[in-house]
Amino acid sequence: MSDTVLSVRDLRVVFETRRGTLTAIDGVSFDIARGEILGVVGESGAGKSVTGSAVIGLIDPPGRIAGGEIRLRGERIDNLTPEKMRRVRGRRIGMIFQDPLTSLDPLYRVGEQIVETIRTHTDLSAKAARARAIDLLTEVGIPAPERRIDGYPHEFSGGMRQRVVIALALAAEPELIIADEPTTALDVSVQAQVITLLKRLCRERGTAVMLVTHDMGVIAEAADRVAVMYSGRVAEIGPVESVVRAPHHPYARGLMGAIPTLSDTAERLTQIPGAMPRLTAIPPGCAFNPRCPNVFGRCRAERPEPLPVDRTRVACHLYDERGEAA
Amino acid sequence: MSAGAYVEVEDLRRVFDVSKPWLNRVIERAPRQTLKAVDGVGFTIRRGETFALVGESGSGKSTVARMVVGLLPPSAGEVRIADISMTDPRQAAARRRLRARIQMIFQDPYASMNPRWRVGAIIAEPIRAFNLIQGEAAIRERVGELLRLVGLHPDDARKYPHEFSGGQRQRVAIARALASQAEFLVGDEPTSALDVSVQAQILNLMRDLQDRLGLTYLFISHNLAVVRHMATRIGVMYLGRLVEVGDKATIFGRPRHPYTRMLLDAVPDLAHIGRARTPVSGEIPNPIDPPSGCTFNPRCPHANNRCRAEVPKLIDGVACHAVEEGRLGA
Amino acid sequence: MDDAAEVPEIRQPTGSRLARFLDSDLWASFRRSKTAMAAFVATVLMFALAFAAPWIVPQNPYDPAQLDLLNSNLPPIWKAEGQAPFLLGTDDQGRDVLSAVLYGLRLSLIVGMLGVLVSGTLGIGLGLVAGYVGGLLDTIIMRVADVQLTFPAILIALVVDGVAKASFGGALDTNATILLIVVSIGLSFWVQYARTVRSSVMVERGKDYVQAARLIGLSTPVIMVRHVLPNVTGPVFVIATINLALAIITEATLSFLGTGLPETMPSLGTLIRIGNKFLFSGEWWVVAFPGIALAGLVIAINLLGDWLRDALNPKLQ
Repeated sequence: MSDTVLSVRDLRVVFETRRGTLTAIDGVSFDIARGEILGVVGESGAGKSVTGSAVIGLIDPPGRIAGGEIRLRGERIDNLTPEKMRRVRGRRIGMIFQDPLTSLDPLYRVGEQIVETIRTHTDLSAKAARARAIDLLTEVGIPAPERRIDGYPHEFSGGMRQRVVIALALAAEPELIIADEPTTALDVSVQAQVITLLKRLCRERGTAVMLVTHDMGVIAEAADRVAVMYSGRVAEIGPVESVVRAPHHPYARGLMGAIPTLSDTAERLTQIPGAMPRLTAIPPGCAFNPRCPNVFGRCRAERPEPLPVDRTRVACHLYDERGEAA
Repeated sequence: MSAGAYVEVEDLRRVFDVSKPWLNRVIERAPRQTLKAVDGVGFTIRRGETFALVGESGSGKSTVARMVVGLLPPSAGEVRIADISMTDPRQAAARRRLRARIQMIFQDPYASMNPRWRVGAIIAEPIRAFNLIQGEAAIRERVGELLRLVGLHPDDARKYPHEFSGGQRQRVAIARALASQAEFLVGDEPTSALDVSVQAQILNLMRDLQDRLGLTYLFISHNLAVVRHMATRIGVMYLGRLVEVGDKATIFGRPRHPYTRMLLDAVPDLAHIGRARTPVSGEIPNPIDPPSGCTFNPRCPHANNRCRAEVPKLIDGVACHAVEEGRLGA
Repeated sequence: MDDAAEVPEIRQPTGSRLARFLDSDLWASFRRSKTAMAAFVATVLMFALAFAAPWIVPQNPYDPAQLDLLNSNLPPIWKAEGQAPFLLGTDDQGRDVLSAVLYGLRLSLIVGMLGVLVSGTLGIGLGLVAGYVGGLLDTIIMRVADVQLTFPAILIALVVDGVAKASFGGALDTNATILLIVVSIGLSFWVQYARTVRSSVMVERGKDYVQAARLIGLSTPVIMVRHVLPNVTGPVFVIATINLALAIITEATLSFLGTGLPETMPSLGTLIRIGNKFLFSGEWWVVAFPGIALAGLVIAINLLGDWLRDALNPKLQ
C-alpha cells in the first residue's frame, strides 16, 4: 500500500537485567496509513508504551530493539544513528506525551518553543516562523493566540497546555504523530476537547497517528483501527467497530466486557481472572492461556500468530484453520 | 432525621489556607488566601446502599470522603453516622466504638500499605488495635478467613505487599478494611489506579461483599461509567458544591443540571464509536478564585445574570436557577 | 494508570531475610562495585584489628607499668636500629607505636560510633516529631537547626567541651572525657539527620498507609514509631556512615587541639599531636602511622558511604 506511513514488522524489544533478558515486545507488526489513527490499547505491562518508544527511537538502555524493522514511508528508521534519528523525530515524527507540563520547558515562552521547533526543521525566517506559530495555536484552538504566544507554560490550564503540545508536535508538519496517553492527565470534559482536536487535525492534514492509551473509550471515539496488546504481542488488530463491537480474541472479548459503559445493564462485569504475567514469567505458548476461558492443549505449547479473521487479524488458535470462532 | 439514613452529612464545609508563609505575606503585602474545597455539601446514605460522589478534579469529592471518615476535621457542618456525631466532643466515647465500623479503601494500592509489613500483619493490625480477637492462633485464623473472603489464599498472609499485583493488593486493602468488622466503607477512587480487567474484578468483589455482608458504601470516582455500575444514588459535585443528587436512573436517564448533562456527554465511551461531537467549551476554573454566583456559569449555555450573582440552592435534587425557573426542561 | 515507563517489574523471591538480601539490588550493586568491596574489606579489617588489639599487640599502651624507657625512640623494625617486637617503632616514653595506633583506632571508633548514635537518636527523634507533628513545634526545631548550622561543628564541640571542663574543673576522668566528646559530637551533627528525616516523614505522612493507621485509631506516637520511622531509615544509614567518618575526624581534631582525650589514654588524634613534636627530630614514625591509620579509616568509611548513597538512590541508577 503506497499510502502506508508507518510500517512495523516483527518488532522485538528486550531489556537486559541482571536476572536475564526480558522480552517486552515480541513480534509486533502493524501499519498506519496516511490520515489514519491507530489506537494501541492494552493494560499495564502490555508493551504499548514501549512500542511507541521504539518507533520514535527512545528506548533507553538497558532496553534495546532486538529484532524486526520499523519503516517510515518505506525507509528503515530502527537502525539510524542517534543523530539521524533525532532529526527524524523532530521533523517527521511528532510526539505528544501524557503530561503536558513535562513536555514543555517551563523557562521558555510557548511561542519560543514552537518557533524554535519550526526553525530547526524548516528554513523559515524568525518572523515567518512566528506567524506560523500563531497559525498553529489558532488551529489547535487557543483563544487570542497573538497574545498567548508570549505566555509561559504555567500560565496555561491543563487542557490548553496539551493543545500547545499538540501545536508543538505539528510544528514541523510531521507525517506521523505518536500520542502516548495524551488525555489521561486531563479531566473528562477536557479529554473530549483534545480527542476532537486530534481527530480533526489528523483528517485535515493527513497525518498518521499512533494513539497509545489504556482507555478503550478514547480509542472507540478517536481511532479508525485498533491493536489490542497483551504481554508484548498484538492479540487482535482491526477496524475499531469490529474489535469493540465483536471482538474475536478471548482477551479482547474479556476486556470489552470488563469495561463498564454508560449504557450497559449488566449486573456483573465480565471478569478475566488473574493479572497480566510479569515479564519474568511469561507462560509458554499463548501468553494469555492461564487466564483464557477457551484454552486447549495447543495454547500451552505453541504460540499463535496473527491470522486474518473477518476484517481483523487475531492471534488465537481458536481461529486457526477453521477461520471462524467456535 | 430522615428514617433509615445511616450516614447524614449536613452543610459540610472545608476551607484550606493556601496563603504564602507569613514572612512572604508581610513583605509582598499579600492577603491571606483560602480555598473553599467543600462548600455546603449535604446528603444522606441509607443502610446497605451505595452512594457515589462523582466529579472532576477540584470538585472536592475526596475532601468530603476524608471528612466523612474523620481523617480531616470539617470547617463547619456535621457528619452523623449511625446517629453518632463525628464532630460533637460529647460523643467521643461512642465515636471510638463506631471507629472500627468505618473504614476506607484508598486509590493507590501501592501506597496504602506499609511496605515493610507482611500482609498478615497488615490485616491483623485493626483486629489488634480494636482488641477484637484474643490469641495469636485465633487472629491468624481470622486473617486467613478474610483473605479467602477477598479471593486470596490464607498462605498469602506471609507475603509482603510488593509481591502482589495492584489488583491483589487492593484485595488485601479490602480485607484490612473488613478486618475490624466494618459496615461502612468509603472508597476513594478505589479502582482508578487499576487496569480495566482488574478493575472489573474489584468492582465485582465490592458488590459481592455488599450483598453478603450488607455493607454501606460511599464511592468516590471521576469515572461515570464505574459510578453507574456501582451506585444506587449519585451526587454530582462541581467546585466544592453538590450540583445534582438523585438515584441512578434519574442522573443517567434524565439529568437536569447542565453540568451533569455536559459531563455525561463528554465521557469517552465504548458505545460511541467514531462519534463526532460538539465538545463542551472551557475548563474548570481555579478553585482559589471561583466565579461568583453559580460556579458553573462561565461554561453554562443557560447562564443569565441571576446565575452570575446568586448561588443556586439545592432544590429537589438539583442546584440550578435555570431548572428552578423552568427555563430548562427536564 | 501509571505505566508510562512500563519498566519491567521484577518479582522478588520470598524466603529468608538472607535469601532476600542476596537477591536484592543493594547486594548486586555491591558485587559490581570494586571500590565498595575494597572499602568494605578495609573497614572491616580496621574494625577487627582495633577490637582485637588487646590480643594481638605486644603491650597495653594505656598501662604505664608496661612501658619501658629503655625502649624509647626505636624506629620501625625494618630500620637498622629496629627491634622486635616493636614493629612500627616506639615513642619517647617507650610506647609501642603499633599498640598505640590500634588502641587509638579502637578508641576513635568507639567515640565515633557513640557520637553517631547520640546525634542519630537526637536527630531522628527531632526530625520525626518536626515532620509528623508539624506546626509550631516544627518551626522551633527547624529554626534551632538552622541557627546551629551557621556554626561549624568543631566550634560547637569546642564550646561544649570548654563549658563542661570549666564547670567540672580539670578533674575529669577519662570515661567522663569520652562521654563529653560523644555529647559534643552528638550536638554538632544532629541537624543533618533531623532535616533528612523530617523531609522523608513529610512525604510518608501523606501516604495512605498512614491514613489507614489513623483510621484504626492508632495514636500519633504509635503511628510515628511503628509505621513512619521504619520507612524513613534508608537515607539515615547513608548519613550515619558518612557521619561516622566525620565524627572520627572531629574527635581527632579535638584531641589534636588538646581538648580531647588525654595523653595517658591516647586516641589517634592525641597520638598525632604527641607525634607532631618529634617530626623535626627525625622520629617520623610516631606521627606517620597514626596519621595513616586515621586517613585510611576515614577514606574507607567515606567510600562506603558514597557507594551506599548511590546504591540507595534510585535516580542515579
